[in-house]
Amino acid sequence: MPKVDGAPKVTGQAVYADDIDLPRMLHCKILRAQLPHARILSVDASAARRIPGVKAVITGQDLPIRFGILPVTQDEAALEGEKVRYVGDPVAAVAAVDEETAAAACDAIKVEYQELKPVMSIEEALKEAADEPIQAYTKRSDNVHRMVSYEFGDLAAGFARADHVREDVFFFQGSTHLPMEQHSAVATYAGGRVTLWSSTQVVHYVHRALSKVLELPMSRIRVIGAAHGGGFGGKTDPFAHEIVVAKLAMLTGRPVKCTLTREEVFYAHRGRHPVLMWVKTGVTRDGRITAMHFRSALDGGAYGSYGAASIFYTGTLQTVTYDIPAYKFEGARVFTNKAPCGPKRGHGTPQPRFAVELHLEKIAREIGLEPVELKRRNFVKPFSRAVNWLRITSCGLEECTEKVLAASGYADRQRQPGRGLGFAISAYMSGAGTAIYWNDMPHSEVQLKVDRTGVTLFCGAMDIGQGSDSVLAQIAAEELGLEPKDIHLVTADTDTTPIDLGSYSSRVTFMAGNAAVEAARRMRALLVAAVAQKMGVADLEEIDVADGRIGEFSFEEASVLAEEKFGALASAGSYKPPRIGGPFKGSGVGPSPAYSYSACVVEVTADARSGIVTVERVWIAHDIGRAINPLLVEGQVEGSVYMALGEALMEEQVYRQGLHKWPSMLEYKSPTFLETPEMHTFLVETDDPEGPYGAKEAGQGPLLPVIPAVNLAVQDALGIWIDEIPVTPEKVLRALEAKAKGEPPRFGPKVFPSVPYPEPIRVEPPDPGDLRVGDELEAAFPSSPRVR
Amino acid sequence: MRSELDRPVQRELTRLRVNGEEFELYLPVHKTLLEVLREDLKLTGTKHGCELGECGTCTVLVDGEPQLSCLLLPLQAEGRELTTVEGLAEGAALHPLQVAFAELGAAQCGYCTPGILLAAKALLVRDPRPSRDGIKEALAGNLCRCTGYVKIIEAVELASQRMAEA
Repeated sequence: MPKVDGAPKVTGQAVYADDIDLPRMLHCKILRAQLPHARILSVDASAARRIPGVKAVITGQDLPIRFGILPVTQDEAALEGEKVRYVGDPVAAVAAVDEETAAAACDAIKVEYQELKPVMSIEEALKEAADEPIQAYTKRSDNVHRMVSYEFGDLAAGFARADHVREDVFFFQGSTHLPMEQHSAVATYAGGRVTLWSSTQVVHYVHRALSKVLELPMSRIRVIGAAHGGGFGGKTDPFAHEIVVAKLAMLTGRPVKCTLTREEVFYAHRGRHPVLMWVKTGVTRDGRITAMHFRSALDGGAYGSYGAASIFYTGTLQTVTYDIPAYKFEGARVFTNKAPCGPKRGHGTPQPRFAVELHLEKIAREIGLEPVELKRRNFVKPFSRAVNWLRITSCGLEECTEKVLAASGYADRQRQPGRGLGFAISAYMSGAGTAIYWNDMPHSEVQLKVDRTGVTLFCGAMDIGQGSDSVLAQIAAEELGLEPKDIHLVTADTDTTPIDLGSYSSRVTFMAGNAAVEAARRMRALLVAAVAQKMGVADLEEIDVADGRIGEFSFEEASVLAEEKFGALASAGSYKPPRIGGPFKGSGVGPSPAYSYSACVVEVTADARSGIVTVERVWIAHDIGRAINPLLVEGQVEGSVYMALGEALMEEQVYRQGLHKWPSMLEYKSPTFLETPEMHTFLVETDDPEGPYGAKEAGQGPLLPVIPAVNLAVQDALGIWIDEIPVTPEKVLRALEAKAKGEPPRFGPKVFPSVPYPEPIRVEPPDPGDLRVGDELEAAFPSSPRVR
Repeated sequence: MRSELDRPVQRELTRLRVNGEEFELYLPVHKTLLEVLREDLKLTGTKHGCELGECGTCTVLVDGEPQLSCLLLPLQAEGRELTTVEGLAEGAALHPLQVAFAELGAAQCGYCTPGILLAAKALLVRDPRPSRDGIKEALAGNLCRCTGYVKIIEAVELASQRMAEA
């Protein structure tokens, strides 16, 4: 089933934010810090204001209210007035008649700084700050942002029961989303209202941030998602340029556009956190996990972003892949003078996925067990509850594993130097069980209108290319007996569409899909009732809805009958995930109404002389629950594999002396057509009871197993351990050198730093068979949080 | 202050032929073809990803050859035949490449799509039945972050097959 937006996208007719050109529109440029850490002593914009063509110049004083995606970290300013915390931090902004004039005016702004010592690594950030901490609000003398610590079940008893215990240290370097479209936003101000078009993944969160910073009620702001040129998590935060253009439009009374340069996109970032990880696991002689202790330290960059949630994501989902009877997780995020990290496809989970898959492989080899066998013995069971209370419903791990092992011939492979296979698994959320900010309202809402124009569906969901518009049209068409092309769509516009929390967290098909099912069924009931009355049929079940007909009537005729009977035809549906989290503080991050599962085998050739690794073939199986649109699911799986291969082998957001080392598409290496391996995608259907028609997510989960599978294939090919991502030729050669010298054949971090984690919150594990959620679960624990 | 604002901007009368239509424009000589197409001719189907010649997004055809419009000046394009994505369809009838891209989901976010369509068109003129490696080679200068390239390769193959059969 092709995408509903295929035609506008192949003809150049889709209107992306930078394509918007309004009468009298001004162009905005933002002056950004060129120092990684400094106090702002003064900002003099007088010369800039005198340049002909400059219409407005604003600085930190004009936008003093701080914002941030999470309520707990409102630590960003649209323009910084007091200090800058990374190269690229916004300081001032200009609106002028064209981009060149705006850029020249930015150059003419004089900023006097007092330089502070930059903090550029996790290790440095854990120490006392030399001059001052990057963020004062932590009220700490070091640069630790936040820490969490949990112990589920009896860890000591678990390790005591183990026949074998092993510890490992891993590092996963940060990377960026690199969307093809540079972020762009256009604002107008008319009749006391701001309208903003933006390349955002979440119109609602931008709406909230604008309201807060501009001090305007949300009713006086309209945010519209323009056609979207790629997000991958990178356009999920509200951004400075979105607020700045709105403010400049309010000041000048003219439309204002700001499109980031590619270099600025690297500074906007919010990409993959670099994470150091330590993991210790106990197993029995036959490979059953008895306990796991996992520590993470995340390099967060200069601001909070989604970081408080990212910490949890490095720890909480370990338990929904493998059955871990006792689990301790300690996580910390530090501030450094780098572009802020946030959510990138897989948000916080590719790093631990990589670490745990390698770690278990090492354990298996030590105890003389086939690694795949050890992993399989520990797979979680469908319809069970994990030690940290996450509820697992449908789970196709076994089926996925079977598919990729059989297709790749993994078990019978001929071992030969320089060629190897690697296997790994993963799980991911179909939408977060809780909203970003606390509220008890639906996470997604859909409205339907039927009249002489046909069917129009309204939903706040933002299609970022993944095909959410197509899924909504397909669902409404399915319920109303129509074709997707018969459904007109209005999406991602805060004035005209009901809320959806946006395209992040793999939530749209699941949540907006469920809302669409409800809205469409309600509309269908109206149509069927009217037709049944006309036909004189008492049993509504007898009225067939299919192929453009409702009972004896065409859809058009049925809609006339229904409009005659009921008046204006409108219906609405909504979805709110059940409250799933366990009865303890901090249980809100990790629960999801359903988890997708993936398994992957990667085949590489690895050249021992050059260290170059080439991915030859990828077999990936994904438990999608049910594929509403198999073509789109395949597209998500293939795109995830591709993005994982880039991260596994080449992509790195790295810094040198406070500066981004390669803020350009030429130097930041990403895979091209030439690096595309043969991909074999298998969709496994498990019919999740809560998903729309049984569907689960596809956009993020399939990225996760690919990275460790590449790494393990290199191990298989060359007999070396690269305990770091990416696996670059240099690291391969260093490990081979060590091997040649008789040293451990490994490249990777040697120690995990000392982190002042707090005392753990100790939580009693649930009964693994207890699947209760919501009121039922809460009623069972009246005195929660149940902390022992 | 930037020195370019201190001196008068040199402008030239420039004649461009785009998608078979003639345009006469009075343009600053330093403005790139990309900017002229998007801003002066309102042909916003041509996208940009870096404006530095690194990503292939702004690819247009110059006398049938794929070129990066962000690295060309309009004066260099005078007397040449320019084709943008808006010139691919014959009236309302889409080019077989456009049909195949839409049909196979080769356009996810769609932002790299115009440039890739044009590079693929040039390839199919040169080599109507390209091998998979030939497609990869011809499109290697165009980055895509959504698709993993797989569906794009398949769409070019499908279009090539249909064009050969037609």
